[in-house]
Amino acid sequence: MTKVFIPSDTTARSLNADAVAVAVGALGEDIELVRTGSRGLYWLEPLLEIETSDGRIGFPNVSVESVHALFAEGIPTLEHEKCLGLVEQHQWLGHKRLTCARLGIIDPLSLTDYLDHDGFTGLAAALKMTPQEIVGEVTASGLRGRGGAAFPTGIKWQTVLDTQSEQKYIVCNADEGDSGTFVDRMLMEGDPLRLIEGMAIAALAVSATIGYVYVRAEYPQAIATLQRAVEIAEGAGYIGKSINGSEQAFHLEVRKAAGSYICGEETAMLESLEGKRGVVRYRPPLPAIKGLFGQPTVVNNLVSLATVPDILAKGAHNYAKIGKDRSKGTLTVQLAGNIKRAGLLEVPFGITLREILEDFGGGSFSGRPIKAVQAGGPLGTYMPETEFDTSMDYEAFKDIGAMLGHGGLVAFDDTVDLAEMAQFAMEFCAIESCGKCTPCRIGSVRGVEVIERIRAGENADENRILLKDLCDTMIEGSLCALGGMAPLPVLSVMEKFPDEL
Amino acid sequence: MNSEEGKQMVNYYSVGAEIDLGTPVSGSAEPITLTIDGTPITVPKGTSVMRAAAIAGTNIPRLCATEDLEPFGSCRLCLVEIEGRSGYPASCTTDVEPGMKVFTQTDHVAKLRRNVMELYISDHPLDCLTCPTNGNCELQDMAGAVGLREVRYGYEGSNHLDEPKDESAPYFTFDPSKCIQCSRCVRACEEQQGTYALTIDGRGFDSQIVASQKEDFLSSECVSCGACVKACPTATLTEKSIIKFGQPDKATITTCAYCGVGCSFRAEMQGDQLVRMVPNRDGHANHGHACVKGRFAFGYATHADRITTPLIRESIHDEWRKVSWQEAIKFAATQLKNIQKEFGRKSIGGITSSRCTNEEVFVVQKFIRTAMGNNNVDTCARVCHSPTGYGLKTTLGESAGTQTFDSVMAADSIIIIGANPTDAHPVFASQMMRRLRQGASMIIADPRAIDLVDMPHVQADHHLQLRPGTNVALINALAHTIIDEGLEDKKFIDERCEPDAYEIWKKFIGEQRNSPEALAEVTGVPAGQVRAAARLYANANNGAIYYGLGVTEHSQGSTMVMGIANLAMVTGNLGRDGVGVNPLRGQNNVQGSCDMGSFPHELPGYRHLSDEVARKLFEAEWKVELDSEPGYRIPNMFDAAVAGEFKGLYIQGEDIAQSDPDTQHVHAALSAMQCVIVQDLFLNETAKFAHVFFPGSSFLEKDGTFTNAERRISPVRKVMEPKSGMSEWEITCALSTEMGYEMSYEHPRQIMEEIARLTPTFSGVSYEKIDALGSIQWPCNDQAPNGTPFMHVDEFVRGKGFFAPTPYVATDERSNSRYPLLLTTGRILSQYNVGAQTRRTENLQYHDEDRLEIHPEDAQLRGIVDGSWVGIKSRAGETVLRACITDRVQPGVIYTTFHHPESGANVVTTDNSDWATNCPEYKVTAVQAYPVSQPSQWQEMFQRFDKEQQELLASSQETVE
Repeated sequence: MTKVFIPSDTTARSLNADAVAVAVGALGEDIELVRTGSRGLYWLEPLLEIETSDGRIGFPNVSVESVHALFAEGIPTLEHEKCLGLVEQHQWLGHKRLTCARLGIIDPLSLTDYLDHDGFTGLAAALKMTPQEIVGEVTASGLRGRGGAAFPTGIKWQTVLDTQSEQKYIVCNADEGDSGTFVDRMLMEGDPLRLIEGMAIAALAVSATIGYVYVRAEYPQAIATLQRAVEIAEGAGYIGKSINGSEQAFHLEVRKAAGSYICGEETAMLESLEGKRGVVRYRPPLPAIKGLFGQPTVVNNLVSLATVPDILAKGAHNYAKIGKDRSKGTLTVQLAGNIKRAGLLEVPFGITLREILEDFGGGSFSGRPIKAVQAGGPLGTYMPETEFDTSMDYEAFKDIGAMLGHGGLVAFDDTVDLAEMAQFAMEFCAIESCGKCTPCRIGSVRGVEVIERIRAGENADENRILLKDLCDTMIEGSLCALGGMAPLPVLSVMEKFPDEL
Repeated sequence: MNSEEGKQMVNYYSVGAEIDLGTPVSGSAEPITLTIDGTPITVPKGTSVMRAAAIAGTNIPRLCATEDLEPFGSCRLCLVEIEGRSGYPASCTTDVEPGMKVFTQTDHVAKLRRNVMELYISDHPLDCLTCPTNGNCELQDMAGAVGLREVRYGYEGSNHLDEPKDESAPYFTFDPSKCIQCSRCVRACEEQQGTYALTIDGRGFDSQIVASQKEDFLSSECVSCGACVKACPTATLTEKSIIKFGQPDKATITTCAYCGVGCSFRAEMQGDQLVRMVPNRDGHANHGHACVKGRFAFGYATHADRITTPLIRESIHDEWRKVSWQEAIKFAATQLKNIQKEFGRKSIGGITSSRCTNEEVFVVQKFIRTAMGNNNVDTCARVCHSPTGYGLKTTLGESAGTQTFDSVMAADSIIIIGANPTDAHPVFASQMMRRLRQGASMIIADPRAIDLVDMPHVQADHHLQLRPGTNVALINALAHTIIDEGLEDKKFIDERCEPDAYEIWKKFIGEQRNSPEALAEVTGVPAGQVRAAARLYANANNGAIYYGLGVTEHSQGSTMVMGIANLAMVTGNLGRDGVGVNPLRGQNNVQGSCDMGSFPHELPGYRHLSDEVARKLFEAEWKVELDSEPGYRIPNMFDAAVAGEFKGLYIQGEDIAQSDPDTQHVHAALSAMQCVIVQDLFLNETAKFAHVFFPGSSFLEKDGTFTNAERRISPVRKVMEPKSGMSEWEITCALSTEMGYEMSYEHPRQIMEEIARLTPTFSGVSYEKIDALGSIQWPCNDQAPNGTPFMHVDEFVRGKGFFAPTPYVATDERSNSRYPLLLTTGRILSQYNVGAQTRRTENLQYHDEDRLEIHPEDAQLRGIVDGSWVGIKSRAGETVLRACITDRVQPGVIYTTFHHPESGANVVTTDNSDWATNCPEYKVTAVQAYPVSQPSQWQEMFQRFDKEQQELLASSQETVE
C-alpha cells in the first residue's frame, strides 16, 4: 500500500482536487488515498504527494487527465519528470513551521493522525499547570494577537483571569474577512483540532467553561470541518463536560457569522454572538472585563489560539527565541494579488517584505514591476517599492505608518490605478460600515464622492484638502478601527504616490 | 412693576426646558475629584465625563446621549481631550477617574466636532425655518454650538432627503429624511418601554429606523408610549400636535389623570392651549416615561362633547334646560332638601370620584356628612379595591400598598396575581420588565395568558393558569407549600407577627385540604407547578407581590388580599426595599379617594365612625354633630332606591350606569330616584338618568393633588381655566351652603391644610412641601417629615402582623349545564375604564370595540367563527359581542374588555360580591355563549335610550341659543 495525499482544502478543491482524488482512488487497491489540508503552495495545487521512505514527494498541478499519465508506469517516484522533489525541502517550507506545521500533512479529522503528530501535548502540559502558570507561560512567549492589533495575548488572558465572575467565555474570532487572507480557513480545514486544543488551554487558563468559534459565513467547508472536529474532540473527552478528565468543563460551539466584515471587529462580533445586529460597542469596558453577555471574555484571533498549544508543549522560551525584538515567533504570511507564487508562508518575524515578494513570491504574476503592496487587509496602507526592505515585524511596520494586520499581502503591478484603489478603500468602508458612528457612516460615502471629484478633476486642490480633513475626522472620530483605518490606504496613496491622487 | 403685577408673575411650578445632563446618574457614593478645563469638580464614581462637565456647567456638544438612556457613543460630537490619553475619547462613554484632566474645548476638538457636524448636515434637509421642531432641535442647536459655517461636500451627494414620511400613527409622524441615526428612539423603545418595536435595518449609510418587520408604525408592535418621540433629537419623530401648533412657550408640572401609576408630566402650553404632554424626568413614579393614554390621549379635555353649562330638568324624559350656576345649585339643593323632608335624612347620599382630586373628594364627603347629615357616602373603590383596604388593614394595619414603584428594581422574584400591568399600568410594567430583563424571576397567576407570560424579552417562570374564582385555593396552596417544606422566615415571624394568630394560621394552612395536591382539582393548576412557584418566591432574597382587580373583584376578594399578606409575612417579604404587597390601583386617585374618607363607615384617614376621639375631632373642626352610624354602600343605595327608600344621589365624576355590575338593576335604581345629580365632563351613561348636570372640570383645569398606588401625593396644577366657570370644589361648597351648611375655601390649598389638621398620616403634607419635594408618599408627619417610601419597616402599623385564616369557599357563581362558561373581564392598553375619556381620542384607532375572547375549542363547539356575533347570557342579562378566537383564554373561560357602553359587559355581570366589602364579583360570571345575528334586546333598548337622551341634550342647547 502506498499513501497518496491530495488536499481537500477549499482552494485545492476549487482547482479540481476532488476529481483528481476520484481519479486516483480509481487507480487500484495498492493506493491508500488520504485527503489532507493544504500546505498553502497554492500555485502548485492540486499538489499530489506520495509517501516514500525518504519522505513525501510532490507532483504539482495535477489534473484528472494527468493522473493516468502520472501513474501509467505504477507509482511515480522521485525520478518522475513531473516530480518537484521532496516536498519538505521546498523553498516555501524551508523555515520550520509551528502553527501551520500539520497543514497538508495530516487528515484533518483523524484523531490518530493528530495524536501521532504531537496533538494534545500542549493541553497535557497545561493540565499539569495552574491557571496562573498557563497565563504566565503565554505571557512569557511574547505571543501577540494575530488578528491585527498585536496586543500581548498573555496580558489579555491575565485580565480575564483576574476578573472575578461565575461565567467566563473564550471566543475565537474566525470571521476572517481581510482581503488576501486565508490562514484561518486553512487551519480550520486542515488542522481543526489544533484550534480546539488552543481554546481548551485558554479555557483552563482563565477558568472559562464555554467557548464559541465565530466562523466567516463564506467558509462552509471550514464550518463543517470544525463542527465535526468539535464532535470528535468531545467524543474523545478532550472537551465537553470535562477537559480531558479534569474538573473543568468546556463546551465549544461553532457559530456561523453574520456575513458582514464588521462582525470581525471584536465587539460587533460579541453583539452578533449574542444574537443582535453586529454593531460596534464602545470601549472601555474591554471585552476581557465585560465581554460576551457582559462577562469576562477572552477574544482571540484563530492564529493566536492555534499557536498556544505549541507554546505550552515546547515551552515559552522555545517560542520566544524565534522572531525579532518584540515580535516573537512566526508570522503567517498570506501572499496574494498580482504575484507569481501565491499562498501561505510561515516565517519568523524579521524577514523583509522584499524577500517575501521576490524570493518567495517570484515577482508579479504579470511579469511587470510590483508597484505597490497592500499589507494587512483592506484597511492597510499601500506600500511603495521604497518600503520593500522593511522588516516584517510589528514595530518596523508601525514606524512607517503601515501595519502587518492578519498577515495578508496583496501585490499590484505598475498598471494599477491607485486613485481607484483609494476610492475602493472608501467604498469598502461604506459597504461594510455598521452605521453606528457618524464619521464612518457618512464619512465613507462622502470619501467616495470626494475622490471621484478629484479623479474627475473637479476643484481637485480644494477637494484634496477636504479629503485630507475627512480622513483625519474619520481616524480621530470613528468608534472602531473600520472607520478609523479606512482612510489609511487613502492617505498612503496621497502621501506615497502623490502623482496618483 | 407694581406689586400686584409681580405677584401675578410668580408661578414657581411653571418650569423651563428640562435639563439633561447627558448620561444617567451614577448609583455610587464614592467621590471622585477631577479637573475639567482646569476647574476641579467632585462627582460620584461611575459618572461620565460628560455628566461631570454638565454638573460643572459645561455642556459638551452631543446628539446621541441623553440622561434617559445608557450611553451609546455613536455621534462623536462629545469627543474631548484627556491628559495622558491618546486620541479623543467620547465624554459620554468615558467615566471619570481620580485626578483626570479633561479639556472639553481645544482647537483640535472644535475642528473635529465641526467636521463631524458637517457630515451630518451633508445629509439633512435645510428646511429649518419650516421644520416643526424649529427652535427645539438638538441638531440645530449643535450646529450652532460647534460653529458650522459651510458644508464643503455640497448637497448633491448620496442622501436620504426623499425618504417617505410615515404618518400612520395617530399621534406622531416619522420622517426618516430628518433622521441622524443616533438610535435614541430604538434605545428608548428598548430601555425605557421594553417593547423592542424599533430597530435599525440595513447597515452603514443605508441604515434606517424601522418599526417591527418594516411595517408602518400603526401596524407595528409599537404601543405609542411616546418614548421614542421624546428621545428624538430632531424632527424625525414629532408629535402631530407640535406639527399643528408649533413649539410650546411654557410648561407646568402636573399629574396624569389616567391610571393609578400617577405619572408626572410637563403640560406644555401656548397660552391656554395644551400643545403636548411630556413625561417629567423628575417624576418619582414614572422617571420620564409615559404611555399612550397619558402622553397623547388628552384631546377629550377639549372635546366638543364637553358640557360647560349647568343643566336641569324635572324628569329624565324632559329636555334639559341650560341654566346659571345659581339656578342649578338652587334647584338641586331644593330637590335634595325636599326629598329629605319627605323621606327622611338618610334618603339621599353621594358618591365620590376616584378621578377627582383629594381636595374635591374631601369636600364631597364633608358635604354629605355635614349638609346631608348622614354617612351615605361611597366611592368607586367599592367596586375595585375595597377588599384591599379591608384585607391589608386587618393583617398589616394600613389600607395601602407597602412600597414605592422603584422598589421593584430590588425585587428578585415577582408574583403578579390578577393584574395585567402592560395594559392597565403600562409605565410601571416597563419598569418591572427592566428588572425582569436583569434576571428577576416572575410568577403569574391569571386565568388568561396576559402579555407578560411570554414576550420577546420577558417570560414568566411559571404561569399558574387557575380557574376563575379559585384565587384563595391557589394562595393557600402556595402558603401550604412554604409551611410544608419549611421555607418560612421564622425570625421575621417571631419578631414581627402575633404568635397566637400565627400558630392558628399555621395549623390551618398546614391541613391537607390546603395542599397543592388537594387543591389541584379546584384550581386546575398542577401541584408540582404550585410547589415550584412557592419555592421560587420563598427562596428569593426579595420577593414582591403585585396584584390587581383579579384579586379583589371576587366573592372572596378580601380573603384573597389577606392570603397575599399572609404569604408575604410568612416569607418575611415586608418592610424593606424590593419586597412588599402592592395593589396596582386602577384609577388615578382611587388611593386618595379612599384616604379622604369616602367610605360610609370611615372618616378620612381610615378612622371608623365609632372612634369617638376621631369623630369629636371632626365635629370640632366642622362645628357640626356627626352621625355615628355608617351609611349606605353603593349596592345598598341601589337596593334602597329600588325599594323606594333612597331618592337623591350626588355623583361626582363616576359612571355607575356603565361601570357597576348588573346594569339593569343599576338602571332601575337610577330611574327610581327623584333627584340624580351628575357632576362630569360629558353626558355619560349615568347622566342620561340625571335631573341635574353640573359641568365638571378636567384635570387641566384644576389645582389639587392625586394619590397614586404607592401612596404618592402628587400635584395637579391648573393650566387653563375651568370651562364651566366654576371649580368642582366650589360647586360642592355652593351646594352645601345652599343646603344650609356653609362651606367656603379660597383655594384647594386650604382644603389640604384642613386634611392635614384632621388626618395624622397627612399632618406633614402641605402644598409648599409638595412643591419643594415634587411629591410625597404618606404617612407624612413628624415621624416621617418627607414621607414614607416603605411601610411597616420596623413594625407593622397595627403593631404585630396578623395572620388571618383564609379558608377557601367556592363562589356561588359557578358553571353548570345552563351556563357552562366562566366570563372574566379586563382592560386594554389604549382604553381607560368606561372609556369616557379615551373613546373621545384617537385611541379608538387602536381599539374601537370590545371583543369576546373565546378558546378555539369552545368556539368550534358552538359554531362561532372569528369576528362573528356572539350572544352571552348570564342569570343577570344578555349582550352581544364579536368573537375573537384565541388560546390566550383556557377552554371554559371567556373574556372581554368593558370600555364601550354599548358592549354591555356589565349587563351580564351579577350582584354577587365580596363577603366583607360588597366589592362586585366582576371577574367570575357563569354564562352561555352562542352565535347570533343581531344585538341583544338590552342593546337595542340602550340604543333607543341613548338616542333619546342625545336628542334631549341637543335640543336643550338649541332652546337657549
